[in-house]
Amino acid sequence: MREEILITVRDNYKIDPTVSAWGWQVIADLFLVGLTAGALIFTALVILSRKEETFAFTAKRLPLIGLISIGMAMSFLFLKLTHKQVFYSFFLAFVPTSVMSWGAWLLQVVILSILLLALQGLRQGFPMLSGPVDKFGIGKWVLDLAEKIKRPVAWLSVVMGVIIAFYTGTLMTSLDARPFANSGLMAPLFLTSGLATAAAVVLLGSKGEIERRVYTYTLFGLLAFKIVLLALVLVNLASGSKVQIEAVQMVFGGEYTQLFWVIFFIPGLLLPLLIEAFGLRGKRSAWMAISPVLVLYGAYMLRQLFVDLGQISGYINYVNTYNPALIDLLRMH
Amino acid sequence: MIRYAMVIDTKLCIGCGDCVVACKTENKVPAGLNRDWVVEATTGTYPNLQTEFRSERCNHCTKPTCLYACPTAATYTWEDTNIVLVDPDRCTGCGACIAACPYDARLVMNEGYVSKCTFCHHRVEKGLDPACVASCPTKCMYFGVLDDPNSTVSRLLATREHKAMYEETGNEPQVYYLT
Repeated sequence: MREEILITVRDNYKIDPTVSAWGWQVIADLFLVGLTAGALIFTALVILSRKEETFAFTAKRLPLIGLISIGMAMSFLFLKLTHKQVFYSFFLAFVPTSVMSWGAWLLQVVILSILLLALQGLRQGFPMLSGPVDKFGIGKWVLDLAEKIKRPVAWLSVVMGVIIAFYTGTLMTSLDARPFANSGLMAPLFLTSGLATAAAVVLLGSKGEIERRVYTYTLFGLLAFKIVLLALVLVNLASGSKVQIEAVQMVFGGEYTQLFWVIFFIPGLLLPLLIEAFGLRGKRSAWMAISPVLVLYGAYMLRQLFVDLGQISGYINYVNTYNPALIDLLRMH
Repeated sequence: MIRYAMVIDTKLCIGCGDCVVACKTENKVPAGLNRDWVVEATTGTYPNLQTEFRSERCNHCTKPTCLYACPTAATYTWEDTNIVLVDPDRCTGCGACIAACPYDARLVMNEGYVSKCTFCHHRVEKGLDPACVASCPTKCMYFGVLDDPNSTVSRLLATREHKAMYEETGNEPQVYYLT
C-alpha cells in the first residue's frame, strides 16, 4: 500500500480536497463558444454556397443566436475571474505558450465575425430588430455594409469557427497536469460537439422542410462521429501514461462510471443518435424535438465532465481528512 | 539561468510543521491558506511499513507549466533564476496556472489573485535562506545554487540518494528529497 497523508493543515480555496479552479462559468463558456463556432461555420457555408433562401434560418437567424451565445460566454468568463479588477491584463500581453492568451485574442476576431454575420441577416431574419436600426443613417449604413461584405466575412468565419472550436478543446489538452482532459483528440471532439450543438439549435428553430431534413442527416452524422471521437479519446487515455490510465478508470468502474455512462453518454449522445436515425427515414415527427434538446444537454455535460474530471484527476492524491479505511489498507496483502 | 534548489533530508525531518508556521509568519499568509505543507507518506504492508515526512511547496520548476499557461504574463521568473513568482497586479484569477500545476502548489488569496511559495526571494536577495529552511529545528532543509558545484545542495545531491516529485511531468522540479 501507499498512503500519503497531509499532517499539517492544507485547505487552500479551490485547491483542496481536489482542484476546482474552473467551475460552471468555464463549462458554460466552453459550451456557448462551441455553439458560436458551429453557428459561424454553418452560416458561412450557406452563404458561400448561395443557399440562403433554402437555409433561411441558418443564414439569417442562427448568427444572432451565435452572437448572443458568445456575449453570454464572455460574461460568464468575466464572472469566473476571481481578481476581476485587472481583467484587462488579458489584452496587455500576448503569451505564445498560453492557449488562453491565444483564445483571448482570437475571440475578438470571432466576435467581429459573428457580429457581421448577424447584421447581414438582421433585415430578413429579425425585421422587428432591423426596423429601428434602419431608421438611423449610421445603422442603415452598417446593415448595408454587412450585407455587401458577407462573402469575405463568410470565408473568415469558416476559418475562425474551426479555430475557435479547436481552441476550446486545445485549452483542455494543453493541461498536462490534468490527465483526464489531456488527449490530443479533444480539439476535433469539441469541434464536432460545437457543430452538433449549432445543428440542434437549427432543428429547434427552423421551419423549412429541406433545411430540417438536411440538418437531420447532418446531426446524425455529427453525433455518430462524436461517439467515435469520444471512444478514441477514452482509448487514447487508456493507452497513455500511468496517470492517464488511472484517470480513465474513473469512468470504467470508478467513482464516476454511472455519471459518465448513465447521466451523460446514454441520454446525451446515444439516445439522440437513435432518435435522429428515425428522422433519416423521412418526416420529422413532433416528438423528435426532444432529440436536439438532448444534444444540447449532452454537449454541456461533455464539457462538464471533462472540466470536472480533468481537475479531479492529477498527480497529487493526498488524504487530508481522517480515513477510517487506513487500518485495512495497512493490513492489505 | 541561475538554478536555486531546496534539498530536504527525509531521514532527519520529523514532520513538526515548523516550516509551515515560519512561512505563514514570514509571508503573512492568511489563516486557512498555506504555501507549504508536510506530507506523511507510508508505504509497505504491516508490520513492514516505512514512513517518510516531506515538507512540500512549489517546486520552482525550470520548465514551469504554470508560467507557460498564464495568459497575462502575471507569472514570471525572478531575475534570471528559476524562482517563479506571481504579480498580483496582472493576475486575473483565471485559474489557468492552477490547472497547469501538477503539484497543486498554488493558492487563491482572499483578494482573488493567485499566490504561491516564492522561495522567500526577498530573503534570498539579502543572502538569507528561505524562512522555512532557517527555522527548521532538525536542520533537515538546505537551500542554495544548484549550478555551484561547491554549494551544500550540490554536494548533498552528488553524494546522497535523492528524488524529486513526479519528475515524469517534465517540469524539472527543483525541490529534492534525500532518501
